[in-house]
Amino acid sequence: MRHKKNNIFLGIDWLLVLFYFILIFLGWLNIYSATVTEDNYDIINFSSEYGKQIIWIGLSIPLILLILMFDAKLYEKYASIIYLVSLISLVGLFVLGKNINGATSWYSFGSFSLQPSEFVKAATALAMAKLVSEKNFNLKKIETQLQSMFILIIPALLITLQPDPGSALVYGAFIFVLNREGLPFYYITIGIVALALFISTLIFGSTTTLLGSLALFVLILLYFNFYRKKAFRRGWINIIGIYLMSALFIFSIDLVFNHVFEQRHRDRFNILLGKTADTKSIGYNTNQSVTTIANGGFLGKGFLEGERTKGDFVPEQQTDYIFTTVGEEWGFIGSSIVILLFALFILRIIRIAERQKTKFSRVYGYSIAAIFFTHFTINVGMVIGLVPTIGIPLPFFSYGGSALWGFTVLLFIFIKLDANRIYEW
Amino acid sequence: MKRFNLLTFSVVLISVIYIARLFYLQILDNSYSIPTLNNSAIKAVYDYPERGYIYDRNGILLVANQVSYDIMLIPNEVKNLDTLEFCSLLKITKEDLIKRTEKAIRYSPRIPSIFLPQLSKSDYAFLQEKMYKYKGFYIQKRSIREYPIKSAPNVLGYISEVNEGLIAKNPYYQLGELIGTSGIEKTYEDVLRGRKGVKFIQRNRFNKEIGSYKNGLYDTLPIPGKDITLTIDSRIQQYGEALMANKRGGIVAIEPSTGEILALISMPTYDPNLMVGRERSANFTKLYLDSISRPLLDRGLQAQYPPGSPFKVISALVALQENVITPYTTTTCHHGYKYGSGAGSFMKCHCGTGYPIELNTAIYRSCNSYFANAYRKVIEKYKKPYDGMNVWNKHVESFGLGNYLNNDLSVGQKGHVPDGDYYNRVYPNGRWRSTATISNSIGQGEVLTTPIQLANMTATVANRGFYFTPHIAKHIEGIPLDKKFKIPNYTTIDKKHFEPVIEGLFNVVENPAGTAHWSKVEGIEICGKTGTAENPHGQDHSIFIAFAPKDNPKIAIAVFVENGYWGSRWAGPIATLMIEKYLTGKTNRPLVEERMFKGSIQDEYDKQLLR
Repeated sequence: MRHKKNNIFLGIDWLLVLFYFILIFLGWLNIYSATVTEDNYDIINFSSEYGKQIIWIGLSIPLILLILMFDAKLYEKYASIIYLVSLISLVGLFVLGKNINGATSWYSFGSFSLQPSEFVKAATALAMAKLVSEKNFNLKKIETQLQSMFILIIPALLITLQPDPGSALVYGAFIFVLNREGLPFYYITIGIVALALFISTLIFGSTTTLLGSLALFVLILLYFNFYRKKAFRRGWINIIGIYLMSALFIFSIDLVFNHVFEQRHRDRFNILLGKTADTKSIGYNTNQSVTTIANGGFLGKGFLEGERTKGDFVPEQQTDYIFTTVGEEWGFIGSSIVILLFALFILRIIRIAERQKTKFSRVYGYSIAAIFFTHFTINVGMVIGLVPTIGIPLPFFSYGGSALWGFTVLLFIFIKLDANRIYEW
Repeated sequence: MKRFNLLTFSVVLISVIYIARLFYLQILDNSYSIPTLNNSAIKAVYDYPERGYIYDRNGILLVANQVSYDIMLIPNEVKNLDTLEFCSLLKITKEDLIKRTEKAIRYSPRIPSIFLPQLSKSDYAFLQEKMYKYKGFYIQKRSIREYPIKSAPNVLGYISEVNEGLIAKNPYYQLGELIGTSGIEKTYEDVLRGRKGVKFIQRNRFNKEIGSYKNGLYDTLPIPGKDITLTIDSRIQQYGEALMANKRGGIVAIEPSTGEILALISMPTYDPNLMVGRERSANFTKLYLDSISRPLLDRGLQAQYPPGSPFKVISALVALQENVITPYTTTTCHHGYKYGSGAGSFMKCHCGTGYPIELNTAIYRSCNSYFANAYRKVIEKYKKPYDGMNVWNKHVESFGLGNYLNNDLSVGQKGHVPDGDYYNRVYPNGRWRSTATISNSIGQGEVLTTPIQLANMTATVANRGFYFTPHIAKHIEGIPLDKKFKIPNYTTIDKKHFEPVIEGLFNVVENPAGTAHWSKVEGIEICGKTGTAENPHGQDHSIFIAFAPKDNPKIAIAVFVENGYWGSRWAGPIATLMIEKYLTGKTNRPLVEERMFKGSIQDEYDKQLLR
């Protein structure tokens, strides 16, 4: 028994490991294409970005081994401490942090830098898993709801203050976890309705939305009046109340959007919704990335053949906009395969999470699935012009050591937890 | 019940939406997918071929090319510019410098644009050694037009930079490129221009070139422009321009047997070299704004005048064809023609005969009464004047009058030949009779023609009943001439009716009593017709049409001299001198010639200004 426990590879899910390496490999190919230059094309070249990425990938192997070596129980045991340490690392940024691209999100060690927020995600997932696995956890209770919110709000707030609101947004992913663990559905429903009203108000204006939703609510009232007479007698005041709340919400969107938002925020939304055509300054990134992807066509231009990739037209192409390289060089076929790979990868994590015997492992797995999903949705959505410009990396694809390591830690802690399930009875 | 798995659902939903979006972007939507070679990642560098030369019918060079130098500017690359020194070097003011720089920035801060166009060779030699000091500025060589002979600017036309409207319509052109804007440069633009070659260069988003695109797979070599030989005879073109000095008007000469235009003169004219070089835009503005003498109006093609007496030729031919007169029908002229009972219904005549005259005499004495009578018989042959008018209209239009000639000239006017519908509009309810339109018979009334139409009509008479569409291109290197110029257009008049009329025209010059006997040239049988077209805006226009020799004619000509009074005063001598020059290569009437060279109607034009 002891001998078996010493084998760190025992029981790990090789399929997930395979997904991991496929995604890393494809990601590196595209980073290579996006950053290679005519006079600098050796694969082993540590002054280039693709060369540096090889180092990061290489160094992630000992990191993985390290994670697998620890006893799985330790992650649960020390979850709170890991969480606290990670929060301290965020607070420390305000004293020791280095400012890159306008955000103080980095610790600098000589020639390389680390971004703690990439690791805080894993710590928060552990903390959340720990909280949920406690005996008196019940999301129907306000107290529990507040506790969960508290765990999420603190790192999100610290990251927002850096300021890096994009990365903070990722903590919204935990709504999926809370929903899975019993958060009543109407929270989600309220969220969806609010989002729909928000978009509709921005596109069609407050008056149209107001009238449109009025018509909808009248229809609902009529339906209840004719077919659900009993429910109607009990519920009509509620329905009218909901409508009044919606109306208030619509007015407040109008107010916030036009008077609280700054012009740059408004621009991001307006460009996305097609209300302003701007290809020169603010809409430049989105326009370039969409054009570059469209340039790929069905089969793509081929590896290293993308004209716009070569011409360096897309800003930050090796980091946040790496998917444009996939789009241009590998075409519809290639980018669809990448999307499917991500979908299958996340679905695999969900599936494994569901088979866990401990609440802790399950919640952790569910958390990382939600985090990967959020990163994927926001990043790809931004690049193909469906989501406003929010700068967060595409897992395993985007250039950058902290992100790569952060996602590696996130994934392999789960693989370790899963491998340990054979000892759980 | 198993709880609905929101995350799984979302993963599947988002994947489907994203793949659908990619499908739309990469396959369905064409607004994003730019043609590969128009991609902003790829820069096209053009190699401009030399524009074709233009020669006259005898091989004399009319338009050539010369090298010019443009100063180009890339605003973003300008560094530490010594404004004062630079301005004095280029001989521009500081305000001008600022204005031009702003214009270049507006076009693009990164792409080169023309800062100062068309420097002369000497300016270039001087600047060349100093330009290295001014970062962001460089000199680019360019080919521009040169005109060895200062003649026929209206025929040759000029080239200028394409405007944005044209770029939008024709993707061949780019900002700053040259295009033929008028004359032959415009109609034969595609031929003269050739086709520019292109090299594609891959570049990055800073417009930095990083090598040739796909090793030159899509690159093309330039195709040189083709030379054009015109039908113009530059000798008589220049001679005609000299004869027309200080007079306004138009002259068109045509070779009847081919429809080739031998001379196309519009006066006042200007030196075509004004449209080239650094002063081009100033010169153009000056010519364009001259609303009094309007040098940019091609009077040979665009000015519409009442044809006056030369139109009697048509009246005679139509009357003969309609069998309402014979050459021997007589009319007696009592100093005019009374066509109604009212006191105003009288058309004056200066033929001064007073005895019964036949067609021949009527032509060479230019008798108004005879043709008014003949015209009236044509219209009244039909029950309704409306039908008569339409028959008449059909005959007249068969001479190429009243419509565009549909040739290879860049401008033109329809002129006007009225028909029954026209008079129904003027006199509603059909309350009009032949007499209301009687002025048409002598080329006044509602008839309007351009000089080229009248010259073509003369050629038609010279050919005894058909014409070839007048055209300006004789030969294009490697391209056959448009077939439509080789098909004869027949009139509705039978050939037999032309001889008696031509006899009358011959007598105009030959007979001592002819209206243009003064213009007779020894040894050449000229058939002509004078015209004095009434002009409500001032003195009458002097008109003359002629062809020669009488048999097997070589040249047909129409001359309009604005406000020149009698046809025989200016137009007659000018037309016959040009015929003489063309047929014999010289002229034997130095005194007449001298009078034409020196004669001026400027006084008359100045009088019009005062009015």
